[in-house]
Amino acid sequence: MKVKTLTTLAASLLATTAMAQDKELTVASWGGSYQEAQSKALFEPAAAAGFDVKQETYGGMSDVRLQVQTGQVTLDIVASGSGSAARAGAEGLLEELDYDVIDVSTFYPSLYSKYCIGGDVFSTVFAWNTETYGEDGPQSWADFWDVEKFPGSRAYRGSVAGALEPALMADGVAPEDVYEVLSSEDGIERALDKIRELRPNIDVFWSSGAQHAQLMKDGEVDMSTGWNGRFDNAAADGAKVAYTYNQALLDYDCFAIPKGAPNTDVAMEFLNEISKPEYQDDLPKYITYGPTNKAAYETGEITEEVAATLPSSPENAALQLPISLEWYAEWETIAAEMYQEMLTE
Amino acid sequence: MVAIHANEDGLRRDERLERLKLFGLSSPATLLILVILVIPVGWLFYVSFVGADGSFSLENYERMVSRKSYSRIFITTFQVSFLTTGLCILIGYPLAYFLSQLPPRLASLCMITVLLPFWTSLLVRTYAWLVLLQKQGLINSWAMSLGLWDEPIKMVHNMTGTLIGMVHIMLPFLILPTYGAMRAISQDYMKAASNLGARPRTAFWTVFFPLSTPGLFAGALMVFILCLGFFVTPAVLGGGKVIMVSMKIVSNIELFVNWGAASALGVVLLVLTMIILWVASRFLKLDQIAGGGH
Repeated sequence: MKVKTLTTLAASLLATTAMAQDKELTVASWGGSYQEAQSKALFEPAAAAGFDVKQETYGGMSDVRLQVQTGQVTLDIVASGSGSAARAGAEGLLEELDYDVIDVSTFYPSLYSKYCIGGDVFSTVFAWNTETYGEDGPQSWADFWDVEKFPGSRAYRGSVAGALEPALMADGVAPEDVYEVLSSEDGIERALDKIRELRPNIDVFWSSGAQHAQLMKDGEVDMSTGWNGRFDNAAADGAKVAYTYNQALLDYDCFAIPKGAPNTDVAMEFLNEISKPEYQDDLPKYITYGPTNKAAYETGEITEEVAATLPSSPENAALQLPISLEWYAEWETIAAEMYQEMLTE
Repeated sequence: MVAIHANEDGLRRDERLERLKLFGLSSPATLLILVILVIPVGWLFYVSFVGADGSFSLENYERMVSRKSYSRIFITTFQVSFLTTGLCILIGYPLAYFLSQLPPRLASLCMITVLLPFWTSLLVRTYAWLVLLQKQGLINSWAMSLGLWDEPIKMVHNMTGTLIGMVHIMLPFLILPTYGAMRAISQDYMKAASNLGARPRTAFWTVFFPLSTPGLFAGALMVFILCLGFFVTPAVLGGGKVIMVSMKIVSNIELFVNWGAASALGVVLLVLTMIILWVASRFLKLDQIAGGGH
């Protein structure tokens, strides 16, 4: 009996030491099918490299702000939108990432920044109902605005992120000049005026990805802006919906480390691990978002057919306008207030 | 004489003891209210005066004056709340009256139909309205197949849809107290009124209605106040075009670096609500005096 107890004790001691050698950390993401994809492609396989990952869901950067301000940081890594991470970084809520530890030599240069490293690439596109317009629907933002050529109801985003750029492109601004024009209140007002012009035809200002997918699925609107992955899911569910990457906004989700995270060094190593091509090439199997590491296209895991559907494939990326994080860091608060003025008119 | 004085002293002592007992009994509740209501509201008030840089500042309130959207959002919030309350009274009062005139057993059976939706999740009911009201929803497709109208009517993603959803959710809050007050009115009063020569309509308006108003006002007040803080229903059924204060509070928490931007909204809503309640309570009292004078 005594021997047995001792053995059990020794075994559990051994087990805890073994656990302690594992690099423990806590990762928070958005939950749902998105986190499920991340978990299967990135977090779970990292166990083989000695990482013991505890997963949580969280409510965004306002959670991080609360943790950092009260000094009770429990999260080591958070998944975030690139824009909100840029603002949180500027606010001092995030650790600077150490790119001596994290290898970004094969990353797209625009998909990592001081506080945040890209995890996947998505696009803000316009989608149309194929029953209303056929497979060859609107091909540009100007078409999206053209209610004579394409009569029907629209849905548009109810907050400012990704909502002003399309309006300016529809107003004839070249994609490469969009952020320059937007860098003044007059420029923002110009974009808002363009949305005011379309407003009588905008039935819904959507507030979530699930919502714009459902609007298209139900045929409640004939055209909508939204995130490509959501429209793909809706189409797989039988929705009559198509979209194009032409003039879409190329954006990315990223990983960041909250300021004062309990395991900062482990977190850096972990980010290096899951940014490797052999992890990133699995992500498109679970969600139609593309890798941020170019080398992931070369492992052979992502077939050419799949690659052609991803936002970050070289052909598709070339059609799109990359989101400017600098612009969002500087202008989002002002632009959001102006956008709300327009919405409440 | 002396004996009476002694008695008075005893009574006073009893009264004091009684009061102390009552205070003792209510102290847990008082403490609870202090901890979960007074302190957080005080904290909210304090935070609303903290600027982005952490020092005392009026910037959160200045922003609400300089940006037109804030006043518009407050107007929308009160507009939606008033309309919902008004519609609830128009629909709920006759229904409560009808129920109160039924024999008790039948009335409780009918009450279940009022209460059943009340026990269903608010989210479920809101999304159910979305399914019913949208362009290819049940109502539009049935009406169109029956030839009632040719083009789908826009009943949701606007103010109409928001009001339909909110009235449906708020109705039990109005019906329950109104029904309670009506049940307490003795039928003898109405009989007495007609005995004295009042026609049914006169008897209703001069006897029944004034006696039912405390319940009606309590219900209406509850509906109104609950409406002011509504989030889910206008967010889902308003199509992003009906923006209420609670929605702005959420977006300000996400948007601004400090909590004050959201707290200030809460403080202003609280103050405006208290002003309205104060005005309403004055009218309420006047009404009761007028009712008592008849």
